[in-house]
Amino acid sequence: MFELINTLLIGITAGSIYSLMAISIVLVWRSTRVVNFAAGGLALASSFVGAAILEKTGSFWIALPLAMVAGAVFSSFIEYFFLRPLLKRSGDQGAEIFLPIIATLGLLGIIKTILNYIYGDRIGALPPPLSDKGFVVSGESIALSPMRLLILGIVLLLMISLTLIFQRTNLGLSLRAASFAPEISRLAGIRVDFVRTIGWAISGAAGATAGILQTTNGSGSVSPESFEFSLLLVFGFVAAVIGGIESLVGAVLGGLTLGIILAIILMYVGGSLVFIAAFLILILVLLLRPHGIIGSKGGRRA
Amino acid sequence: MLRIENLTVDHGAIRALHGVSFNVEKGQLAAVIGANGAGKTTLLRTLSGLNKASEGQAHWNEHNILHSKPEKLVRHGITHVSEGKSVVAELTVSENLELGALWRRNRSEAAQSKREVLELFPRLGERLSQRADSLSGGERQMLALGRSIMSKPELLLLDEPSLGLAPLVIEQIFQAIRDLTTAKDLTVILVEQNAMGALKIADVGIVLNLGSIAATGSAAALKDDPAVRAAYLGF
Amino acid sequence: MELSDRKAVVVHKLHVTNKHRFLGFVLIGLAVYILSNTVDEWKAFQGATIAVYVVAIASIILLTGYSGQISLGHGALLAVGAYTAALTQIYLNLPVWICFVAAVLVTSLFGALLGSAAARLSGPYLAGTTLALAVGLPSIANQFSFLGGEQGISFDAGWPPLSFGEAFTQYKWFFWITSLAALIMLWWIQNLLRSRYGRMWRAVKTNEVAAELAGIRVARSKVLAFTVSAGIAGMAGALLAATINNVSPSAFPLALSFSLATGAVLSGVNTLGGVMIGAVALVAIPEIASLVADRWSGSESVASLLPDFIVSALLILTVFLAPKGPIEKLRSRHVK
Repeated sequence: MFELINTLLIGITAGSIYSLMAISIVLVWRSTRVVNFAAGGLALASSFVGAAILEKTGSFWIALPLAMVAGAVFSSFIEYFFLRPLLKRSGDQGAEIFLPIIATLGLLGIIKTILNYIYGDRIGALPPPLSDKGFVVSGESIALSPMRLLILGIVLLLMISLTLIFQRTNLGLSLRAASFAPEISRLAGIRVDFVRTIGWAISGAAGATAGILQTTNGSGSVSPESFEFSLLLVFGFVAAVIGGIESLVGAVLGGLTLGIILAIILMYVGGSLVFIAAFLILILVLLLRPHGIIGSKGGRRA
Repeated sequence: MLRIENLTVDHGAIRALHGVSFNVEKGQLAAVIGANGAGKTTLLRTLSGLNKASEGQAHWNEHNILHSKPEKLVRHGITHVSEGKSVVAELTVSENLELGALWRRNRSEAAQSKREVLELFPRLGERLSQRADSLSGGERQMLALGRSIMSKPELLLLDEPSLGLAPLVIEQIFQAIRDLTTAKDLTVILVEQNAMGALKIADVGIVLNLGSIAATGSAAALKDDPAVRAAYLGF
Repeated sequence: MELSDRKAVVVHKLHVTNKHRFLGFVLIGLAVYILSNTVDEWKAFQGATIAVYVVAIASIILLTGYSGQISLGHGALLAVGAYTAALTQIYLNLPVWICFVAAVLVTSLFGALLGSAAARLSGPYLAGTTLALAVGLPSIANQFSFLGGEQGISFDAGWPPLSFGEAFTQYKWFFWITSLAALIMLWWIQNLLRSRYGRMWRAVKTNEVAAELAGIRVARSKVLAFTVSAGIAGMAGALLAATINNVSPSAFPLALSFSLATGAVLSGVNTLGGVMIGAVALVAIPEIASLVADRWSGSESVASLLPDFIVSALLILTVFLAPKGPIEKLRSRHVK
C-alpha cells in the first residue's frame, strides 16, 4: 500500500516537472507553430545561471526567480534574433514546414557546445533547499518530503499564475488571440510580433523552472552532458504531444499521466523499459486520439 | 479623406490591381463592387497593411498609409474587417469585442464603445459568455462589426459582410452599417458582391473589373445605369 | 539566345537516360575501387562509415523529402537492422549476406507497423513519436540478456577471401562491402524515386486532399514510404554493425538520429542527388575539426567540441541560406 502511494507521489512530482517543460513547448508551439528543441538547452543554461547565483548569494529563493528571468531573456533573444528571420525566409522560399524544427535542433547543439565550453567539467550545484527526507507516517517514511512539497507547490503556483494571466488579463487575451488568429489580431491593433516574444519569454521562464526543479529533485548538480536534461527535453516533449500540443491544460495532463505511469513502470518492471514505455504510452494515446488528449483538429485560423 | 493614386499590387507574377485611383470624402460610404477576382479584397488588404503595394500611393487624412503594419494603422483609425466572418472562434463574444479595444489607453471610453455595440446588436449581449463559434452566421458578422467599432475606427474597411447570410439578416447588417456610418461620421469602404444591396446604402460606387476601375459615380447613378447593370451586375 | 534555341538546349540537357545513370554509378564504383587501394586503414573505415551514412540519409530523403513525413528516430530503425543482422548470425548461423537481407526484411516489417500508426499523425505529433522511439527502442537491449545488454552483441562481417591476397585488410573489406551495398541500394532507390511511386509520394506531400481526389490511396502510400524507408535504414544498420563489429545501445543514441536528420538537411532533403554531401560532412567534419583544433588552440575541450559546434552551425546556415539543399540552390542560381 505504502509502495503504491510512494510510487504515485514520485510519479506526480516528476510528472509535474515534465508538465512545466511541456508548457514551455506548448507556449512556443501555439504562438509560433514551431517545436522548440532548443528549449532543453535554454533550461540547461538557465539552470547554470541559477547555480551561479546560488553560489553567490547562498539563497535558493533568490536563485530560482532570477534563473526564471534569465530563461525569459534567453528565450526572447532566440525568438527575436533567430526565429523571426528564419520564419521570414521560410515564408519567402516556400520551404519545408519542418525546417524550423530542425533549425532548433541545430540551435540546441550550439547551446550545448557553448555551455560545454564555458563550464567543461565543472558542475553547477543546485542542492535542494529543503530537506528531502520523507515525512514519517505511521512509523513508515513516505516519499513525501518538504522538498517534494515545495516542488509541487511551485509548479501549482506557476500553473495558477499562468492560468490567471491567460484568462483574466489583457495580456493573456492578446496572447491567446494572437496564437489563435494572428491576422485578425493584427487587424484589431494587437502587436502580434511583440506578443509572440512575450509568449517565448514566458516559455523560457517555465523551462528554467523545470530545469532547476529537475536538478534539485535529481542529482543536485547541473552539467552540460547531464542526462537529466535530455530526459527533461524528451519527456517534456512527449508529455506535450500526449496532451495535445495545442493546449496548456493538455500539457499538464500529459505530464502527470506520463510521470505516474513511468513511475509505476520504474517501480514494478525495470529502469531500462522506461523509455520504450514512454513511446508506447504516446503511441497508444495518439492511436485513440491523433491530436492528443485535449487537442482538436482546430489549428490556426487566419 | 481617402486619396488613392495609381495603386498597383502584385501577387507574385499576377497583377491584382492596375493603377487604381479614386477618392472618398470623409463621412462617405463607398461601395466597391465587381465580379470575383476583380481585386476588391486585394484593395482592402493593401489599404490595411496586409498586402504590399508595388506602385502608387494612398493617403488617409494626408497620412501615407502604404507600407505600414496593420496594427499600426489601427491606431490611426483604419480598421479592416476581413472576409469570412472574421471572429476568433475560440474566444467568447465578450473577449472578441474586447480584443478590438485592447490597444486603447482610455479604458472608460472603451467600455463606452462596448455599451454602444451591445445597444446596436442586442443579440450579442445575450451571448456574451458563449464561444464565438457557437454563433450563427449573422451573429458572427455582427460580432465582427462590433469588434471593429471597438477599435475606434475613422476609416472602416468592410470585406463582403453579406457573404453567406440570409436575406433578412443581410438587410439588418446593411442597415446597421448605414446607421453607423452616419451616426459616427465614419468613412466606409464597403466591398460587396451583393451589388444592389451595397449601392442602396452607399453614397458613391466604384466598379472594379480585373484589377482596374471600370466605372465610378454616385451610387444612385450607378444603380440605375443600364450599361453598368448589364456589364457588371448581370441584369 | 533565341527562346527556341534555349528550349533546345534544355531538352538536350534533359536527355540523360537511365543508361547514362547506370554508367555513372559504375564509374563511381570504379572510383571507389581505385580509392580503396590507395588509402590506409583509418580512411577505409571512414569510407565505410560514409557508405553507411549515405544509405541512412537516403532513407530519410525518401521518407521526409519525398513522402513528407518527418522522422527524428531513424537511429532506432538502424538499431533494428543492426540487431537483426547480429542475432541472425549468432542464433541462425547464416552467411553474412543473408543476415543483411534479414535485417532489411525485419526492419521493413517494423516500419510497416510504425507507419500504420504514424500515417494519421502529422508535424509535431509525428516528430514526438519518432523522438520517443529513438530514445526508447535502443534501451530495450539493456533489459533483455539475449540482446546483449549494455555491452551488446558482436557481428562479424567476415574476412576477405584468401584469394584476394595477404595485403587485403579487413577494413578494406568492410569498405568494399559497404560501398557495394550502398551503390546497389542507391541505384535501386533512385529508380524507385523516379518511378510512379516517387511521384505518388510527392503528390501526397504537396497536397493530400488533391492526391486523394486524384485517386491516390494516401494512407497506403504513407505506410509504404515508411516501410521502404525502414528497410533501407535497416540495411544501413546492418552495414554499421559490419563496420564496427558490435551492436549495443550506445551505438544508437538520440544523437545519431539527430545527426542523420542533420545530414539529410545538409544534403538537401528534397532530392537524392546531394546525399553524398551530408554523409561526407558527417564524417569529415570531426576529422577536420580536430585537425583545426590541434593547430589552433591545442585545447582538448575545443577539439572535442568543435565538430558538434560546426555541424550544428552548418545545419542552421543551411536552413537559412539553402533550405532546399545546396544542390537546389546552385541549380536555381544557374537558372537565374
